[in-house]
Amino acid sequence: MKKTYKIDVDCANCANKMEHAAKNTAGVKDATVNFMTLKMIVEFEEGQEPKAVMQDVLKNCKKVESDCEIFF
Amino acid sequence: MNKKQKKMLMRILAAAVLLIALHFLPVTGILRFLCYLVPYFIAGYDILLKAGKGIKNRQVFDENFLMAVATAGAIAIALYEQSGDYTEAIAVMLFYQVGELFQSYAVGKSRRNISELMDIRPDYANIEQEGNLEKVDPDEVEIGSIIVVQPGEKVPIDGVIVEGSSTLNTSALTGESLPRDAKAGDEIVSGCINMTGVLKIQTTKEFGESTVSKILDLVENASSRKSKSEDFISKFARIYTPAVCASALALAVLPPLVRMFAFGLPAGWEDWIYRALTFLVISCPCALVISIPLSFFAGIGGASKEGVLVKGSNYLETLSQTKIVVFDKTGTLTQGVFEVNGIHHNEMEEEKLLEYAALAESASSHPISKSIQKAYGKELDRSRVSQIQEISGNGVTAVVDGRTVAAGNDKLMDHLGIPYKSCRSAGTIIHMAVGGHYAGHIVISDLVKPHSKDAVAALKAAGVKKTVMLTGDGRKVGEQVAASLGLDEVYSELLPDGKVEKVEEMLRQKSEKAKLAFVGDGINDAPVLRRADIGIAMGAMGSDAAIEAADVVLMDDDPLQIAKAIKISRKCLGIVYQNIVFAIGIKLICLLLGALGIANMWLAIFADVGVMIIAVLNAIRALFVKNL
Repeated sequence: MKKTYKIDVDCANCANKMEHAAKNTAGVKDATVNFMTLKMIVEFEEGQEPKAVMQDVLKNCKKVESDCEIFF
Repeated sequence: MNKKQKKMLMRILAAAVLLIALHFLPVTGILRFLCYLVPYFIAGYDILLKAGKGIKNRQVFDENFLMAVATAGAIAIALYEQSGDYTEAIAVMLFYQVGELFQSYAVGKSRRNISELMDIRPDYANIEQEGNLEKVDPDEVEIGSIIVVQPGEKVPIDGVIVEGSSTLNTSALTGESLPRDAKAGDEIVSGCINMTGVLKIQTTKEFGESTVSKILDLVENASSRKSKSEDFISKFARIYTPAVCASALALAVLPPLVRMFAFGLPAGWEDWIYRALTFLVISCPCALVISIPLSFFAGIGGASKEGVLVKGSNYLETLSQTKIVVFDKTGTLTQGVFEVNGIHHNEMEEEKLLEYAALAESASSHPISKSIQKAYGKELDRSRVSQIQEISGNGVTAVVDGRTVAAGNDKLMDHLGIPYKSCRSAGTIIHMAVGGHYAGHIVISDLVKPHSKDAVAALKAAGVKKTVMLTGDGRKVGEQVAASLGLDEVYSELLPDGKVEKVEEMLRQKSEKAKLAFVGDGINDAPVLRRADIGIAMGAMGSDAAIEAADVVLMDDDPLQIAKAIKISRKCLGIVYQNIVFAIGIKLICLLLGALGIANMWLAIFADVGVMIIAVLNAIRALFVKNL
């Protein structure tokens, strides 16, 4: 399952770091962060609850870039 | 500017004013140090905080940490040397923030510009209720509803015009500035702007399935498919920062130790540590990381303004490497409309022959019959025709004005035992026999689009090495069209499967770097569109299959757009490479100068921020593709 979320982040490198962090979150199959449109596209693994996984994604993203937000 | 940016600007100005004021303030010693800390914290408190958080989260090597270490280090050296020169460290922090502010502003600005460029999203649909127009969310309009579009409004949903006539501006969809006429009975696609008259439209699709939604969706998600250049840069950024940090550490420690122990010279710690701190200032990969996606975003935005929809940055990249262009014939290079092209060996007047042919074929709705009727151009008096017999696959016989008329191919003439003259021209040949005698033949062919020849020439000029045409039509037709357009190769009499095979064969033969593009009209060539390195669908307004299967969608059906698309991609990729080389090059030079002690921190921060600003401005250039 693929879902698109709106995000807020200030710099392009931070967006790359968020992408890296999201990809390495359990339950996430793949993730892409589009800095120009401020969107995060997350592909979840089978049988994962997006809401729960996104909590972890946000937590991991906050770790690499404290000044970011994901709206879900 | 948004709130965050305004606050940042205020902080920068305040810190700058303070810094200048302090320059004239005759304080010394510890008091001077404390005074200078004020503008330092005003300019960079958030950087210091973020650096602290980074350490807490074990994400040490980020640019905040580097800036914090570099500036704090420079202050510490000034303190240690008792030089009282704190200006440099604070200025570095200040300029870094100016750079960040500019970046954030420029990105926000181009984000808005490009979104406006693609602003074809209709906000509402008008529905007539009890004589009054009511504005509703286009999402809520059901299929088959009647919507009203007034002059100046966007058509919100695809449909058919049931009442009214008007002129449409399709430039947002096709990039074509000439307006189109529309009248009752015409299909109309969403995204056009109604210019003159009131139109009533019966919707044939939901909003989400309408052309405008599909295009918006496609363009908005395009930059999410990342190119190789972007992948390279994000990998590079991940290695670059730690690598520079490690070198900085080595630079701070090794040379002094070597000087001390190997040469017995004084260590000169301050000097080397200062050089190492200069390294840290240059270690931010911002310029690269921002300018590459920005270039692609601007390139895709600019292209869509011209009616060229590119589905992803990766496709833009592939498109720029196109060396072989394979065309489908019908509908791509030709109009897909049959027309009478010539009448040969006729014994009677051309007009008369056409009249007989048109009358004999008057009952048929075959495209070829239609084209003869169209060429005749006058009203047909059907009462003059009788005993029409259609012989499937051969032609027709009929009695016109009391004379037997036969119109058909070679087989029909053989069947009737009438000797005929073969035609050297390419196309579909209709032999005519009137009263049992051969009366000449009519050549019917598909018309080449007016720009096809220019398009092939433009592709060559744009650096395409080979142009190939695939067609299901006969060899003669294929070769004639190919020769008249200046194509390099032609393969005719291909079934749809054969087209895929041919493309696969060409894919095997070419080198890895030369990319193969296939251009089709999206009708029954979806498999080939998918198979090619890059599939380009033309004239796709309203054709879902084409939008689905292709990587690049040309909204117009003008083949000149293919060359334009390639030129746009070349320009965009050119800018991307310029930025990569420029940014990495300047950084490496500065690192070298820093290591040699020639570049100080001032130069380092100017290099960092300056490169970023130039790269961002260069990236925005990708947006301007109108005159390519």
